[in-house]
Amino acid sequence: MPAIRFLLKKWFYVLLLVLAMALPFLITNRYYFQIVIMGCLFSITTLSLNLILGYTGQASLAHAGFFGIGSYGVALMTKSGISFWLALPLSALFAALIGFLIGLPTLRTRGSYFAIATLCFGVIVSIVAGSWIEFTGGYTGLVGVPHPTPLPLPLIGVIGFETQTAQYYLVLAFLLLTLLVMHRLVYSHLGLSFMAIRNNEALAEAVGVNTFAGKILSFVVANFFAGLAGGIYASLVGSISPSTASIDLTFSWLVYLLLGGAATLAGPIIGAFVIPVIMEYLQFLQEYRLIIFGALLIAVIIYFPRGLMGGFSTLQQRVREFYGQRRGVKHAVRS
Amino acid sequence: MALFLQQVFNGIMLGSTYAIVALGLTLVFGILHIPNFAHGHLYMLGAYIGFFLMTLYGFGFWTALIASMIILALVGMLVERIVYRPLQNRPVINSFISAVGALMILETGVIVLWGPQGRRIPNPYPGIVDLLGITMTWQRLLVILVAIVLIILLQIFIKKTTVGTTIEAVAQNREGAMLVGINVNWVFSLTFAISTATAAAAACLVAPIFMISPTMGALLGMKAFVIVILGGLGSIPGAILGGYILGLLEAIGGGYLSAAYKDVYAFGALILILSIRPTGLFGREVS
Repeated sequence: MPAIRFLLKKWFYVLLLVLAMALPFLITNRYYFQIVIMGCLFSITTLSLNLILGYTGQASLAHAGFFGIGSYGVALMTKSGISFWLALPLSALFAALIGFLIGLPTLRTRGSYFAIATLCFGVIVSIVAGSWIEFTGGYTGLVGVPHPTPLPLPLIGVIGFETQTAQYYLVLAFLLLTLLVMHRLVYSHLGLSFMAIRNNEALAEAVGVNTFAGKILSFVVANFFAGLAGGIYASLVGSISPSTASIDLTFSWLVYLLLGGAATLAGPIIGAFVIPVIMEYLQFLQEYRLIIFGALLIAVIIYFPRGLMGGFSTLQQRVREFYGQRRGVKHAVRS
Repeated sequence: MALFLQQVFNGIMLGSTYAIVALGLTLVFGILHIPNFAHGHLYMLGAYIGFFLMTLYGFGFWTALIASMIILALVGMLVERIVYRPLQNRPVINSFISAVGALMILETGVIVLWGPQGRRIPNPYPGIVDLLGITMTWQRLLVILVAIVLIILLQIFIKKTTVGTTIEAVAQNREGAMLVGINVNWVFSLTFAISTATAAAAACLVAPIFMISPTMGALLGMKAFVIVILGGLGSIPGAILGGYILGLLEAIGGGYLSAAYKDVYAFGALILILSIRPTGLFGREVS
């Protein structure tokens, strides 16, 4: 049976999925459950940041700006009565479109220029969100964003999203969708061309990769998912403000990504869950949080540029080499 | 007309600080190619050190300014040693991320130590001059004058002294500079020291005019980057001119169009100009 063989081969992932599905029955504390939901949501943003920064090597610092565009889009549309299920894809597509328009000029630049140009765009988004009072509510933001519209499904019936459990499954579904798209993309020819651009743009160009198109595509897809996550955020939390698009948010995703391991698929998710959970346990350090993040960021980029996942795979390799050597010694002794 | 002249005067005052800060940044970012994104935050630290020297330790304005410059020079050397030197031969993006770490530490460190509220340095020269219908305070005039003096001194240092020319030598060819016996690591430290000391001078000069707060550096640092990129990487005249132009643009745009969006102009201009010239207005191709 190929299906069973597949399940056996991928037992670890199946176990993880079962665990994720069973999580609402394991965590009873509402507060901790909310942290898990946010972890899932920020996994989506960190995964998408990973596509442009980790795989394509372009440090986009406008990620929270696109998250903000998605969240304002959904908030404004659902408040005026449009269904969440229409507003969400429209907002994400709008974020992707803005990403395309911003990418056209900024992706022609390289290295720090791109980082600074995107940072400027991120700041513009939060200033506009704070100053365009008639449209965005200014610095007080928008409140009373409705929860996702109940979804009528055949066979199962109508699913509402008022309970935390339902909201968790909604975010989990979108996280799995993001992961699926990222997996398909990264392990395709396109993904290879993204990595070629990251490793050596001139060389990639020389062997026939359309580097500009590759960078644009990667940027647009990343911003689509950032906008998607922003839209879900607005609907679940119920209120948004210009801080939804703030640079601090981009910086925390950067920390999740680099500590978890850039250019891996598991790294961003591990980072987005592990770091907030650790910070929860270190509540008394709350005000020193960003100092610790900053120090970690510097230490990681200097000593472990591949993050936790990189450290893990290095360790695995060492262990394998160690056993390999011992086995080699045994063979030598026997013969 | 008086309103216009008033805005021009304010623009030149604002532009003077931008010019000094951008000048410091262009040494580090343009010549050494280190994206010191924490430059604005070091500027903020300089203002705080000046503030505490004056209010807690009873320093005069000028002694506090010079002491703050010296302290910030040491801090700059420390930052270069810890944050950037280990990443010298890695991709630029790594230095950028390291810089983000440094600015998070600086900004939050100041908030934790001294609180998030704004503070004001007592104005040492509160007198007012009326000229052509514009009201000028002595402090604002002083900012303009000291900026010019600083710019000239720095120019002489880099072009005319042996130590200054080593910076240009390292910028042109690192291996070549090593071959003729220049200690490259020392030049990096020195450049950082000069860059952060000029930032501290600018911060102490404008601190009596504006409030100082832990977040004052973030936007200024970004604007300095915008100026350096548009003025051409490593171009000292470009940084100075760019600083004054941006100051005027903000003062006049803020006065006539909309004050809420005054920070948008600079950043919008950067994106707009990069769409036409990806290497900046006077920029060379960078790798």
